[in-house]
Amino acid sequence: MILSKILKNTFLVIVFSLAVTACATKKTTTEVGKQDTQIQGDVYVGSDTVGELAKGVPDRVFFATNESILTTKSRDTLRKQAAWLRENTNVNVVIEGHADERGTREYNLALGERRANAAKDYLMTYGISADRISVISYGKERPVDPGSNPLSWSKNRRSVTVKAN
Amino acid sequence: MKIIKFLTFICIFFLSITSNSFSLIEVDITRGNLNPLPVAVSPLSQNNESKKIFKNQLNLEDLGLEISKVIENNLKKSGLFNPLSRDAFLQKPDIAHLKPRFEDWSLIKAQALITGKVLIENDRLKVEFRLWDVLAAREMLALAFTTVPSNWRRVGHIITDKVYERLTGEKGYFDTRIIYVSEEGPKTQRVKKLAIMDQDGFNTKYLTLGNELVLTPRFNPTNQMVTYLSYFRNLPRVYLLDIETGVQEVVGDFPGMTFAPRFSPDGKKIIMSFAKDGNSDIYTMDLENRIVERITNHPSIDTSPSYSPDGKYITFNSDRSGYQQIYLMKSDGSNVKRISFGNGIYGTPVWSPRGDLIAFTKLHKGKFYIGVMRTDGKGERLLTENFYQEAPSWAPNGRVIIFYRETKTDKKGEGFSAKLWSIDLTGYNERLVETETDASDPSWSSLLSN
Repeated sequence: MILSKILKNTFLVIVFSLAVTACATKKTTTEVGKQDTQIQGDVYVGSDTVGELAKGVPDRVFFATNESILTTKSRDTLRKQAAWLRENTNVNVVIEGHADERGTREYNLALGERRANAAKDYLMTYGISADRISVISYGKERPVDPGSNPLSWSKNRRSVTVKAN
Repeated sequence: MKIIKFLTFICIFFLSITSNSFSLIEVDITRGNLNPLPVAVSPLSQNNESKKIFKNQLNLEDLGLEISKVIENNLKKSGLFNPLSRDAFLQKPDIAHLKPRFEDWSLIKAQALITGKVLIENDRLKVEFRLWDVLAAREMLALAFTTVPSNWRRVGHIITDKVYERLTGEKGYFDTRIIYVSEEGPKTQRVKKLAIMDQDGFNTKYLTLGNELVLTPRFNPTNQMVTYLSYFRNLPRVYLLDIETGVQEVVGDFPGMTFAPRFSPDGKKIIMSFAKDGNSDIYTMDLENRIVERITNHPSIDTSPSYSPDGKYITFNSDRSGYQQIYLMKSDGSNVKRISFGNGIYGTPVWSPRGDLIAFTKLHKGKFYIGVMRTDGKGERLLTENFYQEAPSWAPNGRVIIFYRETKTDKKGEGFSAKLWSIDLTGYNERLVETETDASDPSWSSLLSN
């Protein structure tokens, strides 16, 4: 008798917790839904805020939280930048590295530096000489998007290639 | 700095009379204080002649009253004392200073009483004050000193320090300053300036004009020099600023970004990060012979270094484990060991001036915490939780921590602010530190006088 009562209770608990889990999952998907198209694997893939280094050459690449790894899309962008720079040998560039606001100031300065250098290294492997590229980290000091949400943060985790002359 | 030099203590004319077998009032500061000690700060008395001079020189109707307000404000903010309303005082300031009628003061529930006198003597401001134990009907402390009249707010801070020390047994932290970064403008284009103010928010001065980005100022042990990061000519480098002369110079000749500077406890070296080819390691530079030493050599980010008060150890944060964590090493870079093992990521370790604790910033599940741990990483205590806060800096007595906090913006990206806050080591008494503008990166000076 007692055993069956316990089993019955356990069953109720399981059913209840399943219901709760289901609700929670559903809620998360609806919230993220809108951003899904613009963030993939924590990296911004939209076109908002993206400028041009030259016609048809995007000026920036985006990073995942705490990461400086270049995504497939980032590498594609940087190859376009390298191709353009190979044809415009008189142009030097500055790569600005940035972080989002969700880290301590000093660590973010180092992280921005790491990101800018990841982009620089990639340009160099595509034939751009190191003395044409300088880097500067702004850490979290110069966000492009003032928002305090995952989409804004993803736009701010970036390195931007700008003409130096 | 002139302001610091001119202040001379002439004499200690009464030492507190210590009679044995008497239990005088004491304030325990090691716990959150739910019953702050009721204290009466009688306005410092002044004669008519001095009053005229104060009015002429300082444009103050009642200097004695103004100084007593400084003291009251300090005591109140400490969270340990409850200054009573002046309206209830029965005894006149000049008479109270000579011989308090203790019954009158105990009637209004005061347990401690501060009295004093200010006068002008040979163009100098002469100050006397006494601290009385009302219940024991005893004098606990009596001091006198002179200074230039324009320095009257510091008089209030020094008196508070003496009272605090006598009642708690610990050094005070009131005759101190805060250097910080003043912030203005939209979040995406902040204009930042170095600013310095008294610990209570008065006498704010701006040390840079805002033409270039400046970050993370820190005092040297004598409070005369500041090291900070400046983006002058778009070259982020560690700088040194002499507050007295205003002279600035870049620290060292590094072919890349230097950042996260702090002084060694003897003030002779600056410890900082240098980023080379994207990798940040910790270096020191001797300010006398300009010799640069590399302290860490690791492909991870090593930054935010802070010396132990004896200069033998360095704590810093590194992401060599994959995420930002706090490490400890000997000051030559040997014996590196990780000390933070809790959930989340840890940064900005700052060694307490007492040597026993390390304050830090922690990020866990989307919230930022200011906390403290012992130097072996054990005994972690989180003092405050918020959307974003970091950069703890210790008061010189190691009992209070100042830090900055940023607000979450709304859906339009508006409503951003950055403010300074302070909290006791107990986790109680969290307070907004008022500043003229938005503010971040606070650094607390040591005591200006001792």
